[in-house]
Amino acid sequence: MFEPESPEMLANVLEKHGYLADEGLATACFLALRMGRPLFLEGEAGVGKTELAKTLAAVLDAPLIRLQCYEGLDAAQALYDWDFPRQLLHLKAAEAAGVHDAERLEGELYDRRYLIARPLLRALETWPSVLLVDEVDRADDEFEAFLLEVLSDFQISIPELGTVRAERPPVVVITSNRTREVHDALKRRCLYHWLEHPSFEREVAILRKRLPGCGETLAAQVARATARLREADLVKPPGIAETLDWTEALLTLGARDLDPDLAAASLGALLKYREDQETVLRHGLLQDVRSG
Amino acid sequence: MSGPAERFTDPAAATRAALERMRAGAAPPPPPAGTRPGARPAADDRPVDERLYATITGFARTLRAAGVAADRERTQNMVEALARLDVTRPMDVYWAGRFTLCSGPDDIPRYDRCFAAYFGGERAVPARPPAVVTVTRHVAVLGDEDEAGEPEEGGDAVPMTASRVEILRHRDVARMTAAERDEIHRMLALLEAARQRRRSRRFTPAQRGRVDPRRTVRDTLRRGGEPARLRRRTHRTRPRRVVLLVDVSGSMAPYADTLLRFAHALVRREPRATEVFSVGTRLTRITDELRHRDPDTAMRAVSAAIPDWSGGTRLGEELKEFLARHGSSARGAIAVIASDGWERGDPSLLGAQMARLSRLAHRVVWVNPHKGSEGYQPLTGGMQAALPYLDDFVAGHSLAAFEELAALLAGKETGKSDKRHRLA
Repeated sequence: MFEPESPEMLANVLEKHGYLADEGLATACFLALRMGRPLFLEGEAGVGKTELAKTLAAVLDAPLIRLQCYEGLDAAQALYDWDFPRQLLHLKAAEAAGVHDAERLEGELYDRRYLIARPLLRALETWPSVLLVDEVDRADDEFEAFLLEVLSDFQISIPELGTVRAERPPVVVITSNRTREVHDALKRRCLYHWLEHPSFEREVAILRKRLPGCGETLAAQVARATARLREADLVKPPGIAETLDWTEALLTLGARDLDPDLAAASLGALLKYREDQETVLRHGLLQDVRSG
Repeated sequence: MSGPAERFTDPAAATRAALERMRAGAAPPPPPAGTRPGARPAADDRPVDERLYATITGFARTLRAAGVAADRERTQNMVEALARLDVTRPMDVYWAGRFTLCSGPDDIPRYDRCFAAYFGGERAVPARPPAVVTVTRHVAVLGDEDEAGEPEEGGDAVPMTASRVEILRHRDVARMTAAERDEIHRMLALLEAARQRRRSRRFTPAQRGRVDPRRTVRDTLRRGGEPARLRRRTHRTRPRRVVLLVDVSGSMAPYADTLLRFAHALVRREPRATEVFSVGTRLTRITDELRHRDPDTAMRAVSAAIPDWSGGTRLGEELKEFLARHGSSARGAIAVIASDGWERGDPSLLGAQMARLSRLAHRVVWVNPHKGSEGYQPLTGGMQAALPYLDDFVAGHSLAAFEELAALLAGKETGKSDKRHRLA
C-alpha cells in the first residue's frame, strides 16, 4: 500500500487523482493513514466527503467498501449473515446421502463458506481496503454501538465461528451530515475534521480540474457566483457538488461565460429549493458576476 | 510561535517520550511557576519531553475551561498525532489538536481562540466566521430577582399540606416566593415526562404481524429442516424526538428557570430523543449541560453555557439559525417553542421560519406563559406571525400547565389534535 511521507506529498498524490485537498484535510488523511485511526468527516452536504473516500481508495489502489447508513441498519446488513437457503440445501443433501452424524453436520453447516460477509466484515478481511461508512448520523444508537466495537479492535466475533480479526486495519472514513449528534465515544476513536466550503481559488482549480471543457473565465465567474450565493441568505447554500453540476449544465448549454439567461435556465442544477431560486432571481444575484 | 517545541534537539523523540509518559499514567506536571502556560520558561531545566507533556496537558485544561471536551484520552491522541507530525511547526500542532480534541463545529471557534491565546503569537486563520458561542462565564444565579425581598424563614422545612400543593400547582411561577418556587422545582424534577412513540424501522419479535423470514428459517434449521411454525415480527417503537427552544430574554426572565427545569425533566427521561436550545440574542445548544442527573448541577452548567441571559429577543433570526444548523434534528420531531413572542426583529421573518419549521416538524407547540393569565390575547407581532403554523398553543406559567404540556408530549391529548385548524 502507498505510504505517504508527509501531508504535502499526500496532497500532491490526491491532486493527481483529481481531488484538491487543502492543508487541513491532507494532514487529517495523512494522520489517519499513519495512525490507523478512522477519519470522521463532518460538513455541509456537498463539500466532498464521500468523494474523498473514493479518491483515497484510488490513491491506495484498494477497493472501496461502502456502507450506506439508514435507520434500522442491523448486524445482518452491516456485519455478516448466514446463507440460510444454502444451509438448508446442504442439510437436505446430507440427509439424502444418509449422513446422521449430528456434530459433523453442525460443523459443516456453520462453515465460513455459508457466511455472507457484509461491508464491515468484508473490510476486515480485505487488505488494503478503504471502508466508507456514509452518513452515520442516519443510523441509530444500536448501530453506533457495534460500529464502535468493530472500530476499537478491528475484530468481529461470530458466535458459531469464532473471532475474525483484521491483520492490518482498513482505512476507515466516516461521514456525517449532523442531523443527529453522534455518540462521543465513537468520535473519540476517530480523527475529527470539519470540512468547509472551498476558497475561491480552490474552487476555480477544482472546476478546471474536474471539467476539462471549462475555461478560466467561466470557472472564475461560477466560483464568484457560488461564493456570493453562500453569503446570501439561502435555505441550502450550494456545495461543490452542486457547483460542478451547474457548471456541467452550463457547458452542455454551450456557455463560455456566465450568461445571465443561461444561468437562470440552469439554476435548478445549483439550487434545489424553490425559495432559494426565487431569492436569487428576485435580488438579481447573478446579474453582474460577469463584470466582476 | 514561542511555542512548546522551540530549540528541541530532536522534537520527534521528545514527542514520543512525552507520549510514553502519558501512557504510563504519570500525573500531569504543573506548568512552570510564574509563567503563562505555554510560554517557554527561561530557566526550566526539566527534560524536554516533560515540558512538552506539561504544555499539552495545560492546553487541554484551557480547552476544557472553554467548554471543549478535551479529555485525557483525547489529549493522548493529540500527542500520538503530534508524534507523527513535526512538533516544531505551529500549523502541525494546530491540526493535531484540532483533529483529536474537537468533536463538533461549535468546538472549532473555541479551539481557535484557545490556541491563539495559549500558544500566542501567530495564530491559525479561523476558517469560519467568528464565534457563535462565547466562553465568558456567568456567575448570575437563575431567577434570583425577588429572593432578596422575600424573607422566607425555613420555608423549605415546613411540610406542605395537600391543599397548599394544589393551590401552588395553579399559581403563576412569576408571582411565587423563592421557597415556593423551590418546591415547584422539586415537583418538576419528579414530573412524569413520558414520551409519545413513533414507529421505528427496526423489528421486534411479536405474536402477531408479518412473517419473520430470518427467525423462521433459523428455527427450521434448528429442527433439522423440518418446517416449524411461522415466526412473526412487528415494527419496534421509539420515543419521538422533542426539540425545545427556550427563550431566555429579559421579558421571559421570571419563567426561564422553571422552563429549563422542565427541559431537564425531559432530557432525563429521554436523553437520546431530546434536544434543548436557548434563544435570546444568540442560539446555544444546552442539551449536554442538561444531561447531569442532579437538577441543580445541570442548572449551574446551563447558566454557565448561556451567554445571553436576559437580553433582547431576535426570535426570527434565531429560529433561522436553528433551522440552518440543526434543522434536520426537527425533522419528524415535536418542536416546542417557549417564548412570549415579544419579537424585536421583523415578524415576517419569524413567520417565514415558522412555516419552514412546521413543514419539517411532526407538531409545532408554542408555550407562552402569559396565555395562562385571564383575558390574554395573542396580539404581539411575533405571536401573530407564528399562530398560523402552530398545532398547539399552551400556557407554561404554573406546574399544572407544565403537567398539561408533558401530557401533550406523551401523546395523551389525542382528542384535540385537529391539526392546524383549532388555532387559526
